Amino acid sequence: MIDPSMFQLVCFYAFAAVTVVAALGVITLRNTVHAVLSLVLTFFSTACIWLLAEAEFLAIALIVVYVGAVMVLFLFVVMMLDINEERLREGFIKFLPVGIIVALVMLGEMVALIGVRAMHEQVMGANPATVAGVSNTEWLGHALYTQFLLPFEIAALILTVGVVAAVALTIRHRAGTRHQQASQQVLVNPRDRVRVVKMAATVPAAPQPAPGKETTP
Amino acid sequence: MPNLNDILILLPELYLVAAACLLLLLDAFMKPEQRSMLHWLSIAVLLVGVYLVIAGQPSQTVTAFNGMFVRDGVAEVLKVFALLSTVLVFFYAKPYLQDRKLFVGEFYTLTIFAVIGIMLLVSAGSLLTVYLGLEQLTLSSYALVALNRDSRLSSEAAIKYFVLGALASGMLLYGMSMVYGATGTLDLAHLHMAAGQTTMPHLLVFGLIFMIVGIGFKLGAAPFHMWIPDVYQGSPTAVTIFIGSAPKLAAFGMAYRLLGTGLADLSHHWQLMLACLAVLSLAIGNLLAIVQSNLKRLLAYSTISHMGYLLLGLVNAGPEGYASALFYAISYALMSAAAFGVILALARAGFECEEIDDLKGLNQRSPWAAFLMMLVMFSMAGVPPMFGFFAKLLVFQAAIHAGFLWLAIVGAVAAIIGIYYYLRVVKVMYFDKPVEGTEIRLQSDVSLRVVLSLNVLALLVLGIGWGPLFGWCQRVFVG
Repeated sequence: MIDPSMFQLVCFYAFAAVTVVAALGVITLRNTVHAVLSLVLTFFSTACIWLLAEAEFLAIALIVVYVGAVMVLFLFVVMMLDINEERLREGFIKFLPVGIIVALVMLGEMVALIGVRAMHEQVMGANPATVAGVSNTEWLGHALYTQFLLPFEIAALILTVGVVAAVALTIRHRAGTRHQQASQQVLVNPRDRVRVVKMAATVPAAPQPAPGKETTP
Repeated sequence: MPNLNDILILLPELYLVAAACLLLLLDAFMKPEQRSMLHWLSIAVLLVGVYLVIAGQPSQTVTAFNGMFVRDGVAEVLKVFALLSTVLVFFYAKPYLQDRKLFVGEFYTLTIFAVIGIMLLVSAGSLLTVYLGLEQLTLSSYALVALNRDSRLSSEAAIKYFVLGALASGMLLYGMSMVYGATGTLDLAHLHMAAGQTTMPHLLVFGLIFMIVGIGFKLGAAPFHMWIPDVYQGSPTAVTIFIGSAPKLAAFGMAYRLLGTGLADLSHHWQLMLACLAVLSLAIGNLLAIVQSNLKRLLAYSTISHMGYLLLGLVNAGPEGYASALFYAISYALMSAAAFGVILALARAGFECEEIDDLKGLNQRSPWAAFLMMLVMFSMAGVPPMFGFFAKLLVFQAAIHAGFLWLAIVGAVAAIIGIYYYLRVVKVMYFDKPVEGTEIRLQSDVSLRVVLSLNVLALLVLGIGWGPLFGWCQRVFVG
């Protein structure tokens, strides 16, 4: 039987190694989609390390917010930026091997985490949340709204400034910008918009030349 | 748990946040031609803020929100002058903004948000509040620099400022995390006690170095000065004047909170680091200012050298040094506001007045403007009866008393080099012939003329009667 604390140490080093390798991949891989997938793996491994350290809330927030939302958005942006239609369509098959590798490593990490949990319930030293008998998230919530209330509110203020700045820097009051005008939309008469025209049937066009014999002008 | 008393201590900041949000709403529902009301309201808001800061000042240091926020004499002085210099900025900026279709409500709200950041930063009692206050200030500043979206120069300056600013914030945060690792506390007062008995002194010093990089960047001290000339030149002058005045007070406040209270026991380490920054800033700032032909760039390099003088005071690491550095920061904020104020007063639609050659023969065109600019230049150069002279004298004195005689000599030599390029501006105004076919005159806005004249005369009056102000600066560091 393996020593639980030993297994935990091995897991920590394994996660840390994966994190570092994946982070290196983010900045060295030539293909941007690979780099984004690598970043997903970095975040996931970091979340595993946090779980080992019993910071459940942070770990889940990292997965849900960064992996779930931000990175998916990143992937979209990266794929949109390269406006090569063929590559876009081939993307799924092409990136499948890398995607599978990333998924397999993440699966392995998850299994290891569950193993650590199963072997040893109390893996770290005294955790104030555990001592108080509440969950990590509840403990964090209490701390944020009592001890760290002021920094928490200042962070909210910074977000407000971010919104004001974003609007100030992007809104444009140009002449000729088309706005919706509900009153005019309601007053529209269908007869003004659609005109039914009667025409004689046209003669079918001459057959196209066979593909391949086309010459480009 | 936070209680009502905490909120009362934080009243000036809370009031400004509420006022800024109301101004934002008011701006949204206001017709563009009524916008000058917003201008006067913003000035009134800041002046009421000054009143709240002074009237609510407790007789001794108090803390709120578990020591996150400190309200003491240092914070009071810094807040009063940050608010007052922002009032000056609003007065000077209005005609310039109107001429360039930049007269938008966001200029006022973002500036007030930046001032809130300054107030939180100078009152910080914890590493967290230092960092968040700084971000509040810089995020608003980035947006202000980019406010003129149609100018490529502005956008470039904003991107440069943003990228380098983010890097510096990262450095500062990295240093803070190391200091936290070595001491186990974020609270600056506890840090002071824990720093002496840490088991990891090397980690602590390592963190200190990263924090000094962050401070150096925010001050604009060489070798972390690269952003200053481009940002000063690229932003609209109405924004440059803000970046060049109140945030310098904030940078001093940050340096004092981090080094003077939190890591005071490590002063034997950081004194020499700051001395190196000071020498580099004095040399680079003064020497590169000589070759500038653009007035805004010249003032940018002069800022770098002035931050060198401010560091001379901090190097002292005692109440005398902090008082002289605070005094210097105040004098610089007022001088910088006046210098850019003259540029703003001479600029008009289609004419920026930012080349030194634009000032040729100013004395024949507008003698009063030339006279005001001359007084400002004399004060910046440190010519005796002016404010700038005594500020320099006091920081030299502080450096000598701390045993840094060589540093004071370097400062004196740098001051003599500096006189050259300040007097060049005076020479161009008084002895060069005006270029034919050009027209240059003061803005007709009465409030601008009056406030600018008062600001410059204050440099003269405070130069002659500097005692009470310096006495105030000294009192806040004693006890």
